[in-house]
Amino acid sequence: MNRYLLRRVGQAVLVLWAAYTVSFLVLYALPGDAIDARFGGDANDVTPEQLQALRAEYGLDKALPLQYLSRLGAALTGDLGTSLDNGRPVTSLIAESLPATAAVAGLALLLGIVGGAALALLAAGSSTGWLSRLPLNLPPLGVAVPGFLFGLVMLELFSFRLHWFPAIGNEGLGSIILPAITLAIPTGAIVAQLLAKSLHQAMSEPYSDTARAKGASERRVLFRHSLRNAVIPALTIAGVLVGQLLAGTVVTETVFSRTGLGRLTATSVSSQDIPVVQGLVIFGALVFVVVNLIVDLIYPLLDKRIVNVRRRHVRTAEVT
Amino acid sequence: MTDLKQLPTTSSVDPRSADEDSPGGTGPPELPTRWSRAQRIRHGLGQVVRRPGLLLSIIWAVIVVIAAFAPTLLTSVDPLRAAPKQKLLAPSFQHLFGTDQLGRDLYSRTAHGAGLSLGAALIAVAVGLVIGSLLGLLAGFLKGWVDETLMRIVDVLLAIPALLLSLALVTALGFGTVKVAIAVGISSIAACARVMRSEVLRVREGAYVEAAEAGGARRSRVLFRHVLPNSTGPVLVLATLEIGTAILAVSALSFLGYGAVPPTPEWGSLVAGGRDFLGTAWWMTLLPGLVIALTVLAAGRISRALGGQDGTRW
Repeated sequence: MNRYLLRRVGQAVLVLWAAYTVSFLVLYALPGDAIDARFGGDANDVTPEQLQALRAEYGLDKALPLQYLSRLGAALTGDLGTSLDNGRPVTSLIAESLPATAAVAGLALLLGIVGGAALALLAAGSSTGWLSRLPLNLPPLGVAVPGFLFGLVMLELFSFRLHWFPAIGNEGLGSIILPAITLAIPTGAIVAQLLAKSLHQAMSEPYSDTARAKGASERRVLFRHSLRNAVIPALTIAGVLVGQLLAGTVVTETVFSRTGLGRLTATSVSSQDIPVVQGLVIFGALVFVVVNLIVDLIYPLLDKRIVNVRRRHVRTAEVT
Repeated sequence: MTDLKQLPTTSSVDPRSADEDSPGGTGPPELPTRWSRAQRIRHGLGQVVRRPGLLLSIIWAVIVVIAAFAPTLLTSVDPLRAAPKQKLLAPSFQHLFGTDQLGRDLYSRTAHGAGLSLGAALIAVAVGLVIGSLLGLLAGFLKGWVDETLMRIVDVLLAIPALLLSLALVTALGFGTVKVAIAVGISSIAACARVMRSEVLRVREGAYVEAAEAGGARRSRVLFRHVLPNSTGPVLVLATLEIGTAILAVSALSFLGYGAVPPTPEWGSLVAGGRDFLGTAWWMTLLPGLVIALTVLAAGRISRALGGQDGTRW
């Protein structure tokens, strides 16, 4: 068990380091640097000397490998650099925006999992007739409709027409409901699709047949025998789901004019504030890695055999 | 996202009944090999007509492609012509999608926007597919340390949420539709590489590959003559699906304002343009948004049919 745990933590750290490297390569090694992107060009009256001074201030005048090493070293001590916009540390910008986003994303995750699982169970429980097809026809719709459209339609309906919820802002509980529902729809759709598929498989496994042969009702087969096994494949994509939820806040927070991580991302991309963008990308990878680590800890509780199997095989199966 | 829908009922409604199948009835449910091309086409058309959803999806896809390449066939109105007297008109026969705050015809703007949106999606899929397939092909064919290294890189790319990765790329590359498309494409490399690799691993086991290797064929010949042509099917299915995903991603990025420059019509930016008139002119956001959703749905439906996931095989 301890070796299992240790290996997972080691892998997590490696992935995080690699994600840092990828984001560094994308943001710093591509031609043109942070200063050029922001202050260069004809529109600004910044002299080349001033540009050079700015580069020196942010450490951009050094060779790339040197920059990489010094930035990585700083990142290890929790220093992700400072914003080009306002000179504040990236970590504190992220920490300030986190609570508002975590509230919405947390509620969205809950809604998505409960809603998605309900649809999948409904589909598996009613094995015949149009009712069993309905829950499975909804998810493709949930994935196909753009998040911003959902958000805007809900704003139009519930805020402008019915005046149930405030249209914009972070104030109060009412303001997180619409953004959370918007975020939850694609999540729920994916959960429903995956769980329905693996439930369908589990329901025809030998152990389910055995249970039926012993006289168990379909309901008992579903809830006692199939569900527990069907949850495992669905858990493998938890990291991807949470990552997607986080990325989804970029659009939802813009639609609902809320502040938070998503808004911070949108504004720092707009102003090409490279250190902040990198910080957010790394934060996204961190969330993914932590969620996967938690899932790794849950697996053995669901199925004791898993500790001995290399999980990569499970994971590669379904992720895309 | 991969569509994982698999209806429990599809097998019972599969119109390709047993007597059409392999004569002995013992073989795998593959298409009979002795069909002529005409028979195959007739069979395919029959499948399409019997599935109204698929038929509608194909019709919609054709309309979108026409709009992308020759928008003037669908509308004669100039998408940029402003008519202040006709601003913010609700949908009517004269203006199917209504007009915007400058009195421009939204139906015309949406039709003309298809070119940019679909073009961007195609660029994105091309970038993702070419690089992704190449990586997957190498990993699956060479195995060993090449496979390990490439798949580790893919794992890392999957650890960064796709939208965040494309946002980082847009930050580095700059704004504009083509750059957004490239960013979206690079973000989809990992998924394509995965599919291609698993496909190559499957094909490699085939007897014909073994035969070619036993016959002394060079590695490159085995790779390009035998493995590659037989691995492309699922990747093309994925490509169809990815067009839908790419349209979503590109429109999200242009909705956020990183894509097309304002007067040029593009689906995502059309929706964004309607945001300020949400309370008064619902058609400005809803109708272009619905066009995006329908196109993504159609791509998903066609991809599912191509993949044979609902009993249809081509």
